[in-house]
Amino acid sequence: MYPPDLKYTREHEWVRVSGDTADVGVTDYAQQQLGDVVYIELPKPGQQVRAGAVFGTIESVKAVSDLFAPVTGEVTAVNEDLVSRPEAVNSAPHDTWMIRIRLTSPEEVGALLDHAGYASLVAS
Amino acid sequence: MTPFAGWDMPIEYGGVTAEHLAVRTRAGLFDVSHMGEVEIAGKQALELVQEVSCNDASRLAVGQAQYSALTTPEGTIIDDVLVYRMAKSHFMLVVNASNAARAYEWIASHVGSLEAAVIDSSSRYALIAVQGPAARDVLQPLTGVELAGLKYYWFTHGEVASARATVSRTGYTGEDGFEIFIPPNQADHVWQALVESGRDVDIMPCGLAARDTLRLEAGMRLHGNDIDETTTVLEADLGWIVGWEKSTGIGLDRLRDQKAVGVSRKLIGFEMTDRGIARRGYAVLHDGATVGSVTSGTLTPHLKKAIGMAYVPVELSTPGTELAIDLRGRAAAARVVPLPFYKRPKTRATA
Repeated sequence: MYPPDLKYTREHEWVRVSGDTADVGVTDYAQQQLGDVVYIELPKPGQQVRAGAVFGTIESVKAVSDLFAPVTGEVTAVNEDLVSRPEAVNSAPHDTWMIRIRLTSPEEVGALLDHAGYASLVAS
Repeated sequence: MTPFAGWDMPIEYGGVTAEHLAVRTRAGLFDVSHMGEVEIAGKQALELVQEVSCNDASRLAVGQAQYSALTTPEGTIIDDVLVYRMAKSHFMLVVNASNAARAYEWIASHVGSLEAAVIDSSSRYALIAVQGPAARDVLQPLTGVELAGLKYYWFTHGEVASARATVSRTGYTGEDGFEIFIPPNQADHVWQALVESGRDVDIMPCGLAARDTLRLEAGMRLHGNDIDETTTVLEADLGWIVGWEKSTGIGLDRLRDQKAVGVSRKLIGFEMTDRGIARRGYAVLHDGATVGSVTSGTLTPHLKKAIGMAYVPVELSTPGTELAIDLRGRAAAARVVPLPFYKRPKTRATA
């Protein structure tokens, strides 16, 4: 269910780290809780995000949720497809990245949950 | 499942978007048994109904229903209701679940010397709604009631899947459809029969979330959101449900005064012209100042627009007026539009 190559936050985001960059999305658990996602607001490339701070919002038909950055760094890319296809978060949550971050504090990754830790978090 | 006015209600079955679209294009099935029923019977039943509800129930034929409201002496809304004329001196009011006890007590407290009995019969009825352009095709095979002959806002008695039923051509979705009152012990059976009969049109069971997006798209007010005891019938832009020719009724004088003077604020529909979704409680802005508050808001699955309703000063209520909504600190542009947002295409269904 939760891919082993991803790291997870307690706020239900995931990161996929590759070198000094990390892709960020939300988990399958998050999309299930939200229901049909209809709108996502993301930062612009070049903006700085800080681990634990809000970087955007995700809205379903019924609710609004903040998105929290798992790691600190500069946004280098934003998934523009989500403007027209926010429902991709529902259909393929772990393959739908939202922002790409160039890490400034790579050691932060070590503090995130692994797939087993996250799975037990959402199971409890 | 979520707790709702003492009932455990499903928010969604197969996803709010899919459920909403099923109702707009095919058919959806709603268990709305949580709705309350209050019956008023007796020689002076009509007088009591006229007193407690703002519409003119004397215009109802037996077998006909009307949208109305229970109003305070100030003309504000205790609950919005459907009034069914079951017999010359027998009415049934369908009230909101969260207001059922209050509605019953309010009505009962106004019997006074009138020859009328008031009964909370909520537990006697389960209520299932089948809604959508294919609703008739789904229901007709299960009933001897000739549905084509049943006009909008009329009802009749008969049987549905062998259960004793009252079948009403009403709903809360803006689509053609029927609401079926049945004994609670038949509800499961009738629900299953409708699911079976709807298989050909891919009917979907629908939860509270789709009920809310559908009614909002159709411009229908939700009590507790868009209307309540702080908003008058006229502020809610529901002047069409006031029986102005009636001789008496609670709140009628106040509403007449307000009509003569004019309201200072009014419920409007708006759509977002900037990206973003307005939600209940967000401030409405004009020239940077807060002028009102959003009462309902969502991104609708069918129109795919962010829409909402809000109370604003009457001078800002004209369609086309540019407003802004405070989306958690960001002022996003919105425009006043006429209600309803969605109107179903005219078809055989309304015949």
